[in-house]
Amino acid sequence: MTAPLLQIEGVSKAYPGVQANADISFQIGEGQLHALLGENGAGKSTLVKIIYGLVKPDTGRMVLRSEAFAPASPSEARRAGVAMVFQHFSLFDALDVAENVALGMENPPPLRDLAQRIRTVSEEYGLPLDPNRRVGDLSAGERQRVEIVRCLLQDPKLLIMDEPTSVLTPQEVEILFKTLRKLAQEGTSILYISHKLDEIRALCDEATILRGGRKIATCDPREKTARELAELMVGQVLHPPERDARARGDVVLQVDELSLNSNHPFGTSLKGINLKLHAGEILGIAGVAGNGQDELLLMLSGELRAPKRAVTLKGQPIGHLGPGSRRKLGLVAAPEERLGHAAAPDMSLTENALLSGASRKRLTRNGFIDWRGADRFAREIIARFDVRTPGTQVLARALSGGNLQKFVIGREIEMNPDVIIVNQPTWGVDAAAAATIRQALVALAAQGAGVLVISQDLDELLEIADSFAALNEGRLTRVRSAKGLTVEEIGLMMGGAGDMHVAHEASA
Amino acid sequence: MILGSINPAVLLAALMVAATPILLAAIGELVVEKSGVLNLGVEGMMIIGAVTGFVIAVNTSSALVGFIGAALGGMVLSLLFALLTQVLMTNHVASGLALTLFGLGLSALIGQGYVGVTPPRTPKLDLGWLSEIPFLGRALFSHDIMVYLTIALVAGVWLFLSHTRAGMILRAVGENHDAAHALGYHVKRVRTLAIMFGGACAGLGGAYLSLIRVPQWTEGMTVGAGWIALALVVFASWRPWRAMAGAYLFGGVVVLQLNLQAAGVRIPVEYLSMSPYLITIMVLAIISSGKARGSLNAPGSLNRPFHASN
Repeated sequence: MTAPLLQIEGVSKAYPGVQANADISFQIGEGQLHALLGENGAGKSTLVKIIYGLVKPDTGRMVLRSEAFAPASPSEARRAGVAMVFQHFSLFDALDVAENVALGMENPPPLRDLAQRIRTVSEEYGLPLDPNRRVGDLSAGERQRVEIVRCLLQDPKLLIMDEPTSVLTPQEVEILFKTLRKLAQEGTSILYISHKLDEIRALCDEATILRGGRKIATCDPREKTARELAELMVGQVLHPPERDARARGDVVLQVDELSLNSNHPFGTSLKGINLKLHAGEILGIAGVAGNGQDELLLMLSGELRAPKRAVTLKGQPIGHLGPGSRRKLGLVAAPEERLGHAAAPDMSLTENALLSGASRKRLTRNGFIDWRGADRFAREIIARFDVRTPGTQVLARALSGGNLQKFVIGREIEMNPDVIIVNQPTWGVDAAAAATIRQALVALAAQGAGVLVISQDLDELLEIADSFAALNEGRLTRVRSAKGLTVEEIGLMMGGAGDMHVAHEASA
Repeated sequence: MILGSINPAVLLAALMVAATPILLAAIGELVVEKSGVLNLGVEGMMIIGAVTGFVIAVNTSSALVGFIGAALGGMVLSLLFALLTQVLMTNHVASGLALTLFGLGLSALIGQGYVGVTPPRTPKLDLGWLSEIPFLGRALFSHDIMVYLTIALVAGVWLFLSHTRAGMILRAVGENHDAAHALGYHVKRVRTLAIMFGGACAGLGGAYLSLIRVPQWTEGMTVGAGWIALALVVFASWRPWRAMAGAYLFGGVVVLQLNLQAAGVRIPVEYLSMSPYLITIMVLAIISSGKARGSLNAPGSLNRPFHASN
């Protein structure tokens, strides 16, 4: 065996109250596709930040091509040949592609030459890009290309990819994998961070699994089943949500031919949305991020007002009503952004419970707050949804992502709504909490509520949804039964192809 | 005929003089805001510049040394703002307002013995035959050097922001500080330098008032020029040339209404006095209207606190 490219020996890093990394050792071979696997909070991000020079380890050392490697800054890491594609893209919306690429390079050539090189490299790797476009106007997939091309222009020895597929359609994932395999053949090592097991089994030669900041195992992912990997990652046996076949009830929520402008300059406007949600039905809405998911949630929750008759709840027009009035009538929503949208970060759990539960749970009387009732409501949520917290007086921002998500979704479910809208209910949530949340949504539907789940996690949608539609550039495809849908078909729907045009003709 | 008594060449010349202090402050604040910092202390830095410039010019008998002192004075005050917002992580808005109040008070203290003193004259720049041209010579080519330096500064800022790597980094920091940090740029260092530049420009603007425009020291003599500069930056959609156009428009209306007052037009003086503010803001608001255009150009991280995550 040849010498490894990067050797990590006993790396530890502690933050106040958390041991993010504890004595982690592994190595990445030359030209190897190495997976780093773990749940949120397992320590993947910290480890990667250490390799990229953003964080200094407390102890331990790294060796890159038999030389000690301790980058003090990202630019030092870049000079040593380490490049990184970030999970939350490190791009600047108001600048164009060439400028964005130049900002991530140590010694960029003049912009005109750079534009030429961007064209050449991006075509060579099958990632076409126009260097003069403004990044704010690009799709998520194109934005990722900008990041990748930025890295490739520096001939990296090690390319770190942090959760690269979370924003891509299945077809785009295929293109990305082709690029990565080609790079590996040319001798570039790739450290691929993900919690999507099928991807890792399809792509990687070796996987290192982290849990709770420690290395659990290094293995060949192709020799393990997805289930074995998942259990290594989570440390417990997982159960998929149980569901019975259930009868569909009447239409509870209906949207007719609704077009609505986004409230954000880089947002996506909704175009001609039609949908019907029945009692007892779980409708899953797929789509790549930024195709109108946020706008759809805002429109349904009432934060964006629509024409009065365009949205009806149990036959009653509610398009003109705000979130408070809609909640009173039985429509509740849980947006994607937990901190700052679903919950007020600096308020306690009791206060957060009160903020959305006040009307349906009758927690105010003549303008005065029933604190005892609010606290009881918060306790109920915590008990029923297994929210791990020292008490109800804790600030929302102090909870981990998974626990807060259980709290905000639980809060809405506890209100016994007729319709619930959730966006990315399990985004950034550990597998056990995700299972709890999905089970709760299934149970709510079984009680006869209409459930609308917007998600970018296809496996999640296929697991719980009865019917299925996709958003593409603000348009919603026809709703189809989830039974018998293949991932390929879904990919086409998400990409805007498939039967959408047929559906348009049929309705015309 | 009342309007006949107004000489257009003199009007144009006076307009450039009236616009220069605001333009100086605005171009500095534009750079500060492009880096993602909102410094509401422009008024305070201007008046500190006005007083330090005046005091130093009187004591050294040199207007030029006075201007240098004013730039340094504004910069020192802006460093206080940088310390508060970049190191101690205080709120930008509150710190900026405090800076203005502090600057107004401190300048009154420093300037106590200088009320009624005449500062040394700033020499007119001799442009030779250019200033002999009829009309244009009088209007454009017979000013002091600061007027031309200010225009050069606008060009320099435009060039810096749109055509240099350092300018691109500054815009990147203002656009998305988390991404800039992730790429290894020093967000706080860039911002501190921008704040210092803004302070120096505001100081120069203030000194232009006390050394050339008025020229005298009186307490609170900036009378809102700093606030107009702040408004100009926003309504100019953070574009240097547009800020200059806005400043000249403002200067023009100021001069015109003064002339109209002198000519005895029968409009109440109060309306004439408020007209420059009203007209400038209306015109720039119309130019930058259309939700997408104006707001798209706003720096994405403007006035958002930055915490490095490690």
